[in-house]
Amino acid sequence: MVSHLTTASAIRPVAARRGALAREQTLWAYIFLLPWIIGLVVFILGPILFSLGLSFFTYTLGRDATFVGLDNWIKAFTQDELFWPTILRTFVYTACVVPLSVFGALFTAMLLNQKLRATTFYRTVFFMPHLAPTVAAIYIWLWLLNPQYGLLNEVIWQIGLHLTGTGLKGPGWFSDPSFALPALMGVALWGAVGGNMMVIFLAGLQGIPQELYEAASIDGANARARFWHVTLPMVSPTLFFNSVLASIAAFQTFEIAFIGTKGGPAYATWLYGLHIYRTSFEFFEMGYGSTLAWILFILLSVFTFLQFRSARNWVFYAGEGR
Amino acid sequence: MPTLARRFSLHLIAIALGAVLMLPFYWAAIGSLKRMTEVRQIPLVWWPAILQWINYSDVWNVRFFPNWVANSVFLTVVATTGTVVSSSLAGYAFARFRFPGRNLLFTITLATLMLPGYVLLIPNFMLFWQLGWLNTYLPLTVPFWFGSAFFIFLFRQFFMTVPIELDEAARIDGASYPRIFWSIMLPLSGPVVATAAIIEGINQWNSFLRPLIILNRPETYPLSVGLRYFVVNPGDNLPKDHLLMAASIIMTLPVIILFFVGQRAFVRGVVMSGIKG
Repeated sequence: MVSHLTTASAIRPVAARRGALAREQTLWAYIFLLPWIIGLVVFILGPILFSLGLSFFTYTLGRDATFVGLDNWIKAFTQDELFWPTILRTFVYTACVVPLSVFGALFTAMLLNQKLRATTFYRTVFFMPHLAPTVAAIYIWLWLLNPQYGLLNEVIWQIGLHLTGTGLKGPGWFSDPSFALPALMGVALWGAVGGNMMVIFLAGLQGIPQELYEAASIDGANARARFWHVTLPMVSPTLFFNSVLASIAAFQTFEIAFIGTKGGPAYATWLYGLHIYRTSFEFFEMGYGSTLAWILFILLSVFTFLQFRSARNWVFYAGEGR
Repeated sequence: MPTLARRFSLHLIAIALGAVLMLPFYWAAIGSLKRMTEVRQIPLVWWPAILQWINYSDVWNVRFFPNWVANSVFLTVVATTGTVVSSSLAGYAFARFRFPGRNLLFTITLATLMLPGYVLLIPNFMLFWQLGWLNTYLPLTVPFWFGSAFFIFLFRQFFMTVPIELDEAARIDGASYPRIFWSIMLPLSGPVVATAAIIEGINQWNSFLRPLIILNRPETYPLSVGLRYFVVNPGDNLPKDHLLMAASIIMTLPVIILFFVGQRAFVRGVVMSGIKG
């Protein structure tokens, strides 16, 4: 009896109701999203375009802007004496800090994954340096690494005294151009080996099925072989994720170099972030500053893209079943 | 099952590593309780003759120091609240509503995560300058009430795990969407709200570059920028390392306390953003 009523007459109200529901959902979605859409346009997308435009102008804050075409871009690559050394220095810093901190974090995570009794305690202890505000941490380290009265050099001196009978003079660290950048790397490592990356690795390690290790053991794999052929492939997605984020962060390092050494001595710690900062907020050359920021943006995009490309060759996704 | 010798050596490695990582904290804490002469003394003073607790009241009496702490607390609370409120709203919309433009908007949202902050720094600074907002707290609070991509993603991931039947039941009972969000979703979101608040709270407390370029009156500084004051030997031009250490400890302590209070939520948040990223 009901059946012949179906089709046309009954479907239309349902469709109309669906349409009303969709309209209502769309309306509410945009109401909920309104703050974010405004924020996206006003504080992110608009500024990106504005910054790109500004990179073609000479503009000092408060003065008139002059269109100069590609001059700023050419200036960066050919006239700015600090540009290439700064790029190189920032690459060196990134190339040292990223592998050391990523594999350091993998090491601490593997240590915590050994099911020792005090694991929670160790995890908290390892994580602590990551929690120290960078500003506070760098002041503590400036003091620890002071050449005259710092803890580290005194320890080095005492070691020399015990081994050879004469004291061993440690380097000047932050005040020595050849040791300042390594010293900054040390501070960064201190905060990173037990930080977020360790926590993420730990979750990755705990997700490895125990059977894989058992199977490998039965096949006669020793600890080293199990690491190379089970652990490493299985955490490679996490390794990749951490490496990409760590590279992006390392390339933008600012605070430790700005507060710790102000880029010195003799520009030894003049990283790219400081170059942008001084250009924009000490000289107030907003046009050239924007160019520098965009060069960073492009560089990082290319670098990240290359990392994703290379990932095909070394990142193993267990779910893909290759 | 690890052998006894193996367990012993693993503990040894863990303890040694922990000791190295904790040493700077010990040195800063003990340094903050020394007299200035002991701070730079060789041989090193591992434990001062008398613990100088007075250093902490000396720091507190340094001009503007109480202001800096209050400013940091204020900025952290206002900006963090804004981030959590606005991001949870957007996260809810992405998780629950079907609407034209959703995928595009969500892709853009994720893409902004890769954006280096420097690209936004100059145009945002100029915007605040145009608006006459420099030297006010507006640039350090208002933008955070308009959402943050990372936390929108975090909230979306969480809301996706809440059974949709709850929403549907409430709809049938005639609840409006804001009502569902407020009375059903938020009460279930304690863990993710805590996670977001802790991560963003720590970010805000540590924030340095933004206040540095926006503010130039010392009494308005947050603690992160104010700390520099102790390095330049203010007042009598004598070094103040012991006070700098005390101030650094004061700045670090709330972060560590916050972490201990919300440790579980915090770790879960890090893992959630990491694994599903």
